Amino acid sequence: MSDEAPLTKAAKTSILNNPTFRSVTFQVLMGAAVIAFFGYIANNTLHNMAQRGISTGFGFLDQKAGFGILMSLIEYDADHSYGRTFFVGLLNTLLVSFLGIVVATILGFVIGIARLSRNWLIARLATAYVEIFRNIPLLLQILFWYFAVLSALPSPRQSLSFLGIGYLNVRGLYLPAPVPEPGFLAVEIALLFGVVATVAVTIWAHRRQDRTGQQFPVFYTALALVVGLPSLVFAASGFPVSWDMPVLQGFNFRGGLPLIPELVALVLSLSIYTAAFIAEIVRAGILAVSHGQTEASRALGLRPGLTLQLVVIPQAMRVIIPPLTSQYLNLTKNSSLATAVGYPDLVAVWSGTTLNQTGQAVEIILMTMAVYLTISLLISMLMNWYNRRKALVER
Amino acid sequence: MAADRFEPHPELAPPAMTIGVVGWLRQNLFSSVASSVLTLLALYLLYLVIPPLIQWAIVNANWFGANRDDCTGGGACWVFIAKRLHQFIYGFYPEAERWRVNLTFGLLVVLMVPLFIRAFPKKVWLGVFLLFGYPVLAFFLLYGGFGLERIATDQWGGLMLTLVLSAVGMVASLPLGILLALGRRSSMPIVRTFCVAFIELWRGVPLITVLFMSSVMLPLFLPEGVTLDKLLRALIGITLFESAYMAEVVRGGLQAIPGGQYEAAKALGLSFWKSMSLIVMPQALKLVIPGIVNTFIALFKDTTLVIIIGLFDLLGAVEAAIKDPNWLGYAIEGYVFAALVFWVFCYGMSRYSQALERQLSTGHTR
Amino acid sequence: MRLTQTFAAGAFLFVMPFAFVQAGTLDTVKQRGHVQCGVNTGLPGFSFPDDTGRWSGLDVDVCRAVAAAVFGDAEKVKFTPLNAKERFTALQSGEIDVLSRNTTWTQTRDTSLGLNFTGVTYYDGQGFMVKKNLGIKGAKELDGAAVCIQAGTTTELNLDDYFRTNNMKYSPITYDKGAETVKGFEAGRCDVLTSDQSQLYALRIQLKDPDSAMVLPEVISKEPLGPVVRQGDDEWFNVVKWALFAMVEAEDLGVSSQNVDEMKANSKNPSIRRLIGLEGIAGKGLGLPDDWAYQIVKQLGNYSEAFERNVGQGSPLKISRGLNALWTAGGLQYPPPFR
Repeated sequence: MSDEAPLTKAAKTSILNNPTFRSVTFQVLMGAAVIAFFGYIANNTLHNMAQRGISTGFGFLDQKAGFGILMSLIEYDADHSYGRTFFVGLLNTLLVSFLGIVVATILGFVIGIARLSRNWLIARLATAYVEIFRNIPLLLQILFWYFAVLSALPSPRQSLSFLGIGYLNVRGLYLPAPVPEPGFLAVEIALLFGVVATVAVTIWAHRRQDRTGQQFPVFYTALALVVGLPSLVFAASGFPVSWDMPVLQGFNFRGGLPLIPELVALVLSLSIYTAAFIAEIVRAGILAVSHGQTEASRALGLRPGLTLQLVVIPQAMRVIIPPLTSQYLNLTKNSSLATAVGYPDLVAVWSGTTLNQTGQAVEIILMTMAVYLTISLLISMLMNWYNRRKALVER
Repeated sequence: MAADRFEPHPELAPPAMTIGVVGWLRQNLFSSVASSVLTLLALYLLYLVIPPLIQWAIVNANWFGANRDDCTGGGACWVFIAKRLHQFIYGFYPEAERWRVNLTFGLLVVLMVPLFIRAFPKKVWLGVFLLFGYPVLAFFLLYGGFGLERIATDQWGGLMLTLVLSAVGMVASLPLGILLALGRRSSMPIVRTFCVAFIELWRGVPLITVLFMSSVMLPLFLPEGVTLDKLLRALIGITLFESAYMAEVVRGGLQAIPGGQYEAAKALGLSFWKSMSLIVMPQALKLVIPGIVNTFIALFKDTTLVIIIGLFDLLGAVEAAIKDPNWLGYAIEGYVFAALVFWVFCYGMSRYSQALERQLSTGHTR
Repeated sequence: MRLTQTFAAGAFLFVMPFAFVQAGTLDTVKQRGHVQCGVNTGLPGFSFPDDTGRWSGLDVDVCRAVAAAVFGDAEKVKFTPLNAKERFTALQSGEIDVLSRNTTWTQTRDTSLGLNFTGVTYYDGQGFMVKKNLGIKGAKELDGAAVCIQAGTTTELNLDDYFRTNNMKYSPITYDKGAETVKGFEAGRCDVLTSDQSQLYALRIQLKDPDSAMVLPEVISKEPLGPVVRQGDDEWFNVVKWALFAMVEAEDLGVSSQNVDEMKANSKNPSIRRLIGLEGIAGKGLGLPDDWAYQIVKQLGNYSEAFERNVGQGSPLKISRGLNALWTAGGLQYPPPFR
């Protein structure tokens, strides 16, 4: 013990070199600096806003909006509040992002696989597609597609008619809108039951296969439950749906289910642009599965279809999914360019018209950013959860 | 005797169907029914698109002239582009001072070229100058000062502004991105939390809202009476936004450095900053160069959004020009020109990044 | 730590050349050597950059008039193109000295945004433009129409009010910029385009065939457009206000850029002599040189000249004077006396 005492003493150096002390000091200083910085900004902002007579707070959310919006998934007219315009815009953003993601995924997978095609022309065309569309700014593409779509379509009075049921013209695609009648509830219940039953059957079939090795025709059962059952109920209750048909009245078609060209052009350009990136991801994912895997699987006696389903795709997906998610996020964020072609998304309606009306820039822009941030954090969380589940377990 | 000897039959020529043009066609275009159908469909598609495009863009186009009366061919009117070219490139930069823009970007090209030559000595110092010295020089050349006439930033525009926005966004976001990446991997909880929050915040929102913020909200953040130039505000927004993406790219490189390198640096007694700047960063940055180039391409395309806050980048200059009453009706030519310029830049850079990737990835792939 | 400090210091140094602290606007302007003026990003007739980057238009001429009054040189002005969202912020924060960007004078803006409107450059009102082949004579026939709107501030509200008071339905397509609005209208996305009437004329000439469209007679709102300055700086407020009045007064007195030199030499009319600074208070109350109004008229002409050159018969827009005629000709332009 007495030998060690001088040693400890000698090791005592300046507290400045103590890692813990340094780390704590640094963090305290940094925390203080960040807080001071935000305090300074908040102080300036409040002072400036008071000085310039800009009102603050969220009181404006309840005020009457007083302007119309082209397309809304929820009931909306000019009598509704500014708060409601937020939800109208948000839902329109979600709609265009969802449609864009679906189309971009399909297109991207097709192009990605086409790039690996043994057909020289197809592979070259796919490469040209990727190189052309990912190297031109999206804003230009949106403008191009919008005005290309508009100029290709006829005026309302010369609409293309589909058997007198649907109409296509420069104002959009007008389809009959289904209007559920009282008996329709039974069909909805049947559909819900079908979905729940399918999930239950799938879990049961998996467990049974794990236990006994016996397989169960899950796909056909699911088809019968989700499609067959509700259809049966639908027919049995005497087709309880009436159709709201679009009618040409004055300048435009009224009634029905309109699909506006802004939405079409936006979905088209977002998915064409994003598909170019997805195609590259898919190609890289497929190339990442070593050929030995395919050969080993064939050696085990798996048929080509099963090889693809059980060996190649699961491994390729592990490579594909993370960058694919970030493309989905990009697409969602890029949908904010809607404002260029007049599609009423969150940025166009909320940080556009509503901001212009109320002048409350700080509140509105912060809310807009919060929305996008929430969407991307939610998707990131899902992503991380998926990654943890699918991560390669190394032994 | 001689008749018994084994005489190999002379080699037959390969079947005509498997060699030459026909063989190639059979193998690559018509190997199966499905493949043939696809080939024919693709050819039809090309037939639909390519000939009219050539008709419009080249055969029927007008290239030379002075005004719209010279556009008589019924095809594209490139006269419009030729007449407005200087505005697409320089914006409203005064004509007499345009040599400064040329000099700035000419200098950049001259300085960049040696970086691509492998054997060039002292490349590091050149790189350091390009990152730190050159921007200062470029700033004074473009903005003025030291005897040069001041050119206010609202006269900047066109391709020049696009390049300034993306280059400054890039150079300024790199150091910030490195700090954020280090912070995100730090063991200090407050630092880490702050960096994660910063990165996720900017990565989670669209650039368009960031630009709105910088144009509408930023002036409110400053103390009374202090204003920031509009271009500078846009640059601040772009840099903050870009630094988050840069941080993630750099983090990827840091993660790829084996832990042994960190430990070895520590064992040598190097401090944190020394071990980072001498051991880890040089290796990590080399790994992420392709990633940085890709980020740059994305940024380059995204600069078109500044049009929304009233800056005239290349696309903005085109949009302003097509509103000119003397040249109405040539919007398509303008947009095609802008698309072509962006495409050439982005495609060139992406080829470069792919070449780098191949060059830098040694021995890890089959 | 040291690294961050260095970085902060560097950033500050970089910012320095751009930042300034403001005193009285007139003094600041004189010291700086030019007027900084906020204008529309591109609206033919009001503010539009030509291919050399030179701005022209009625709103632009108001800024030049201010420069002519302050410096005796109409070229000592620089323009900041602004969109609708950022225009007030730019003025409030001191980035610009005067906002001359087809801005409607309303009670809210005048009283609660810390702004002051100095006068009316152009009496405007929201109207409609339709294609002639629709065969429509008036706005009351627009029930069920699709309406292209250039995003504004009051535009959407006026439109909704009008259609609702008349029990009509419409579907609005709101574009951010004029160029897209015109293209949408031209492609037939909508039956009718609505904006301030002055803008309708400016947008109309952007059509491939301007004669295929017509502006309907109905005006559904009052939109007096004028220059705006910051509240609380009366000296500067007066300069901008009287710069515009000088142009109108010159027209009222028959003084133009052509004859102002002759008037200066020979005129016996006391009103004219007061306007061009030979008698009376001249520039004293404004803190300007005595010949300030002379410089405006000499370099830019009177209101009529500016109007005809930019939006009237001398321009592609060909807007008639209408409400913007002098009070003596049945219009609303009425300058207070210069005495």
